[in-house]
Amino acid sequence: MIPSRSPASETLSHPLDLTQPDSKTRWLETAFVLLAWGCALLSAGTLFWIARVVYQDARPAIAEFGLEFLWGREWSSTREVFGALPFVYGTLVTSAIALLLAVPFGLAVAIVTSETILPQWVRSPVAFLIELIAAIPSVIIGLWGIFVLVPFLMPLQRWLHETLGWIPLFGSEPFGPGLLAAGVLLAIMILPTIAAISRDVLLAIPPELRSASRSLGATRWETIVRTLLPAGSAGIIGAIVLALGRALGETMAVTMVIGNAVRISPSLLDSGYTIPAILANQFAEALKPIHIGALMYLALILFGLTLVVNVIAVVLVQWVSRRAIVR
Amino acid sequence: MELSDRELPDLDLQQPLSLPRRLFEYGTTAIALGLTVVALLPLFAIFWQIVSQGLQHLSLEVLVALPAPVGMEDQPNGFANAILGTMMMVGVGASVSVPFGVMTGIFLSEFAGGTAIANGIRFAVKILSSVPSIVVGVFAYATIVLATKQFSALAGGFALGVIMLPIVTLTTEEALKLVPDTYRLASAGLGEGRFSTTFRAVIPNALPAIVTGVLLAVSRAAGETAPLIFTALSSQNWPQGLLSPTPSLSVLIFNYADSPYREQNALAWTAAFVLLAIVLLVNTISRQVTRKHLK
Repeated sequence: MIPSRSPASETLSHPLDLTQPDSKTRWLETAFVLLAWGCALLSAGTLFWIARVVYQDARPAIAEFGLEFLWGREWSSTREVFGALPFVYGTLVTSAIALLLAVPFGLAVAIVTSETILPQWVRSPVAFLIELIAAIPSVIIGLWGIFVLVPFLMPLQRWLHETLGWIPLFGSEPFGPGLLAAGVLLAIMILPTIAAISRDVLLAIPPELRSASRSLGATRWETIVRTLLPAGSAGIIGAIVLALGRALGETMAVTMVIGNAVRISPSLLDSGYTIPAILANQFAEALKPIHIGALMYLALILFGLTLVVNVIAVVLVQWVSRRAIVR
Repeated sequence: MELSDRELPDLDLQQPLSLPRRLFEYGTTAIALGLTVVALLPLFAIFWQIVSQGLQHLSLEVLVALPAPVGMEDQPNGFANAILGTMMMVGVGASVSVPFGVMTGIFLSEFAGGTAIANGIRFAVKILSSVPSIVVGVFAYATIVLATKQFSALAGGFALGVIMLPIVTLTTEEALKLVPDTYRLASAGLGEGRFSTTFRAVIPNALPAIVTGVLLAVSRAAGETAPLIFTALSSQNWPQGLLSPTPSLSVLIFNYADSPYREQNALAWTAAFVLLAIVLLVNTISRQVTRKHLK
C-alpha cells in the first residue's frame, strides 16, 4: 500500500489526510496516487537514464582509448584515432572568456536594476530587456554572430594582434571566427543568467543591512561594495556558476563562430573547437561504431562536467534562498 | 528654547564628502551605467538586424512554399515545410512532457510536500533542466535513432520533450503552491478524495499558471536546434510523418547561415525573423498570463 503523505501543508498546523478508506472510488484514489508516484520517479529518473544511455554507448571508446582519450590531441575518423584535448581546451577557454566578460557586465546590470540610481520606469524595462536576451534562440544569436559580430570584432582583433602580438595570447593572424569571437558571443548569452539571479539575490537582502550601512555614513557605493555584495556573495557565485554551466554546454552559437578547427593554439585569435560543436557537426555523419563511441565519450565528458558545475550552482542558490526564508 | 538662531554659530551638518569618496561615488555610478548600456547594445543590434534583414524577403510565398533547389531563380522559395516540422516536433514534445510534467508537479506540490523524496525529485528535475541540450540530443539519438535506424520527427520531438519536461514540472509545482490551502480543506471537508480535490478544486485555480509554464516550455523548445540536428536531421520536402527526417526552422537557419549562396543566407534571416516572432510572441503571452494571474 502506498503510504499516505500529507500534502504541501507548510501553512497548515496539522497534516491533512485526504484518504477515504470506505469510498467506492478507492481504486481511483490508489491509481491516481500510483500514477503521480510513477510520473515523478520517471521524471527524476530521466537524468539517470541519460547518464546510463550515454555511458553505455561510450563504452566501446572507453574500452579502446581509456583515460588517454582525455589528453589525446588527434581526431581522425579515417585513421580511427580520437582524442578529446582540443575540444576540452576550446570549451574551457571560450567559457573562461565568456565569464571574464559577462561577470562585470552582469553585476553592473544587477546593481543598476536593483538600486535606486535610476527611476523605476527605467529600471524595470532594462531588467526586462536583459532577460529577453535569454529568450532568443541560440541559433539566431549564432546567425547574428556570423554576419555582424565577427566582422565587427575584426578591426579589434587585428589591432590586438598588431600591438600585442608578442604575447602568445594574440600571437596568430586573426581571420574572423575563433576562440575570442566565440567567447564574446557566449558572454552575451550568459549575461542574462548572471544579471537576473544576482538582481534577485540583491533584492532579497534585508533592507536593515542597507539602512544600517547608510546611517553609519557610508555612501551608496560604499554600501554596495562593503555590505550588499559580501552579503549576497554566495548567491552571486551561484549565479556565476550556473552561467558557467550554460556556457560549457552552449552549442549552436559557438559552433557557428569558432571556426571548427581541431587544434590547440595558445592564441585567442585562432580558430578552435568545442565539445558541443563537434557533437553537432559530426553526429549525423558518424557511421563507424568507434567514431560514434568516441563522440559519445565526448558527450559523457561534457555531461559529467556540466553535472558537477550545475549541482554546485543549484546547491548554492537553494542554500541562499532557504537562508533568506529562515531569516 | 533659550538659544535663538542668531546666537548659534553657522553650523553645517551637511559636511561634504571628501574628494576621493566623491570621485569613487561618481566613478562607480558612471561605470555601472556605462556597462549596463553596453550590455543592452547586443540585444538592440540583434533585433535591428533581424527585423531589417528578415523583413526584406518576408512574403506570403516564403511562408507557403518549399525550399527551391539551389540556383533556381524563378521558382518559389520558402520554408513552409520547416514551419510545419517545427510545429510537429514541438507537438510531440508537448504531448510527452505535459502529462508527465503536470503529474510530477502535482506529486511535488500535493502529495510529497517537504519530504526528502520530494526534495530529491525536485533536485533531479532542476539538474535535468540544466543538462546541455546537445547532450539531450545525444540521448535521443542513442535511444531512438539507433534503435529505429532512422532519423525521425519522433526522435526530435522526444528530445524536445525531455527539454520541456523540467520546465513544465517546476512551473506546475509553483502554480499549485499558489492555490490557498483553504480550497483543499473545503474540498476535503465536503468529503472529496485526493483525485477530485486535485482535479476539481486545485487544478482549475492553477490552470492559467500551468498554461504559462507549458507556453514557456513551448517557446523554449521551438527555438532549440542542438537536439534536432542529428535526431530529426532536415529535409527539402514536406514532413512525411513521424518516422522520417523532418525539417525545422532552427536547423534550416543553421544550415543556411553557413551556406555559400546569398539567397540561402537571406532566407536564413527571414526564417530567423519568423522563428523569433513565434518564440517572443509565445514567451510574452505567457508572461502576461502570469502577471494577470498573480494580481
